[in-house]
Amino acid sequence: MSQQANSTNSNDVIIRLQGLKRFYRVGVEEIHALDGVELEVRENEYIAVMGHSGSGKSTLMNVLGCLDRPSDGSYELDGDDVTQLSDAELASIRNERIGFVFQSFELLPQMNALKNVEMPLLYARNGWFGRSARAKGALERVGLGDRVKHRPNQLSGGEKQRVAIARALVCNPSILLADEPTGNLDSKTSENILELFDELHKQGQTIVMVTHERDVAQYAKRIIRMQDGRICSDLTKEQDEAKRQSGGDTSGKEKL
Amino acid sequence: MRRLLYAPLMFIQLVYQSVYLAISQIWANKTRSILTTIGIVIGVASVIAVIAALTGLKAKILSQVETFGNNSIIVQPRLPDMGPKRNLSWWDVRLRPNEFEGLLEHCPSIERFTRISEAGQQMVKYGEKAVQNAQVYGIEPAWHEIEHRAIVTGRGISVIDESRAVCLIEPELRDKLGMDKDCIGESIRIGFRNFRIVGVIEKRSDLEIGGGGQERYEIIIPFETTRKFRQEFWVWAFAESKSPEVLDEGVAELKFFLRRGRHLDPDEPDTFRVESLKSAIQTFNNIAIMVTLVAGGVVGISLLVGGVGIMNIMLVSISERTKEIGLRKAVGAKKSAILTQFLVEAVILCFVGGLVGLGVGKFLTLAIAHSHALLAKTYIPAWAVVLSFAFAGTVGICFGMFPAIKAARLDPIEALRHE
Ligand SMILES: Nc1ncnc2c1ncn2[C@@H]1O[C@H](COP(=O)(O)OP(=O)(O)OP(=O)(O)O)[C@@H](O)[C@H]1O
Ligand SMILES: [Mg+2]
Repeated sequence: MSQQANSTNSNDVIIRLQGLKRFYRVGVEEIHALDGVELEVRENEYIAVMGHSGSGKSTLMNVLGCLDRPSDGSYELDGDDVTQLSDAELASIRNERIGFVFQSFELLPQMNALKNVEMPLLYARNGWFGRSARAKGALERVGLGDRVKHRPNQLSGGEKQRVAIARALVCNPSILLADEPTGNLDSKTSENILELFDELHKQGQTIVMVTHERDVAQYAKRIIRMQDGRICSDLTKEQDEAKRQSGGDTSGKEKL
Repeated sequence: MRRLLYAPLMFIQLVYQSVYLAISQIWANKTRSILTTIGIVIGVASVIAVIAALTGLKAKILSQVETFGNNSIIVQPRLPDMGPKRNLSWWDVRLRPNEFEGLLEHCPSIERFTRISEAGQQMVKYGEKAVQNAQVYGIEPAWHEIEHRAIVTGRGISVIDESRAVCLIEPELRDKLGMDKDCIGESIRIGFRNFRIVGVIEKRSDLEIGGGGQERYEIIIPFETTRKFRQEFWVWAFAESKSPEVLDEGVAELKFFLRRGRHLDPDEPDTFRVESLKSAIQTFNNIAIMVTLVAGGVVGISLLVGGVGIMNIMLVSISERTKEIGLRKAVGAKKSAILTQFLVEAVILCFVGGLVGLGVGKFLTLAIAHSHALLAKTYIPAWAVVLSFAFAGTVGICFGMFPAIKAARLDPIEALRHE
């Protein structure tokens, strides 16, 4: 059912999911938001996750981001089994190894861009000293070196998302997770953000991004389609394009 | 090993970072923070003011007592609380001059005693100058040994004065009447009689419960001379025991002596009061403790109200900042970091309240000190400052704990989804 994208080397696996499940209990009903996900993410991959609304994309991202615990299955991050860790250890992992970008930016309105980017460093093991220099560096990386003192309400949507990306990058995470990062942006601004992702990918950053839009997914190198809590297709961009055009695959068709 | 080294460093960083976050949060909501801390401000200010007033009063009274010495016993009339004699008037139970005859023989623990008479307020004249309302007291020679008031010039009242028209005046009265520094032998008019000044005696240090501040002059005359002013007069007595050890015996002997003189039945209550100054201090201390307890209760309630205010505002703040908490957790804040952040915020709010309260308390203390001569020594002892800060901190921890735990327990995903 799911095809593995060809890989070069198996030593550089950052994420390995096996039989990953996440159930929600609502009243007497049990919702299988994730129902046996098998996935490997290697270093410097750029993956787009697509699928219908409710197919479990956000749930998957939350589990990948250690914000949520799977109900069953295993999750290895950089070779460590994450499912066995305590809350405090998960917090350290979120801090040190994961950068999360949200659809709605989630910047703190009372702080300027620099303070927002500094925030993860406050909780980092040795982030306290030199944090503003590091935050400034991250802001420069996303092209906002001149917006350091601006507050979120003084920034455009695209700039806000850049600040959020700088915040995700400031601790040099192993992986950048983005749940519909362009969902709240117009197409021109989205392009800018995606060009930034491209740039980061070229610099060696591993990226997993959720999107509804085919245009957005085209920036990624590998496209995963989800349905009913499972991965139904896992192809390179070119394979995915070919398959879509042959009309063979309809399961992960993006809604329009 | 590396982990071990990191632990204390992380802790310091956690505290430092919590203080930093808390202060910026409080600063961002200045008005709200100030309103929140009013309860704490009132609590701490009242603790400070009450403690300062009591400390000052105590210092004043103790310094007063020092001039008497701690063997002193005071004898006054008293209306009994019960029994048939409770309906008598004060005049009926007054001490009479002859009641003390033979006292020293019957009270072996008493070294000396003096009767003191009240000759009332009199007008004093010297030449053209006059002073209204000088308080005239009659004393016996032993008085000088019991109440250690220095004789500035001349001599004190002695046995040879008997009922002669001699008097002691205070330097202030001498100056007011425009007399020479050396006024011994001068004659002044007290009421309608001429008195010869035999000495100048130092002014009594103030222990006036009535309105302080205004000028009051005391004139001292021999006890028997009081009869020149009136036939009947108020009398009380000061006695001194032979040593502090026999003070209680002295009190008991005096009581026994007076009861016998008054023919009181064994089951009748005293119609007089014999009290050592030591026990008077004890009484004061008991009153001070009572006042402290009552004030403590009031303060406790206001701190409780203050604490609930803090808790309320912390809960509001947490529900307003649910998204922020979710975000902080998402980027790696541990439960302990969130808990400390909100706890420190509550404690700092309380400390700010404590600091403002201390300022208000200091102001109140100054006001109290100026309100009455008796309270002039009012000051804030260091331990009261420490105590009130300890209180404020405890309130912060107690009432901040519940909201802080609530914040720390939030699930990051749900918190982020919170609108
Ligand atoms: N906290 C929750 N409690 C119960 N059910 C949940 C919860 N979160 C998600 N679900 C359910 O799990 C399923 C997957 O949800 P998820 O948010 O992962 O979908 P998605 O693919 O991200 O959708 P969208 O494209 O609309 O964002 C949905 O059916 C949703 O109703
Ligand atoms: Mg989603």
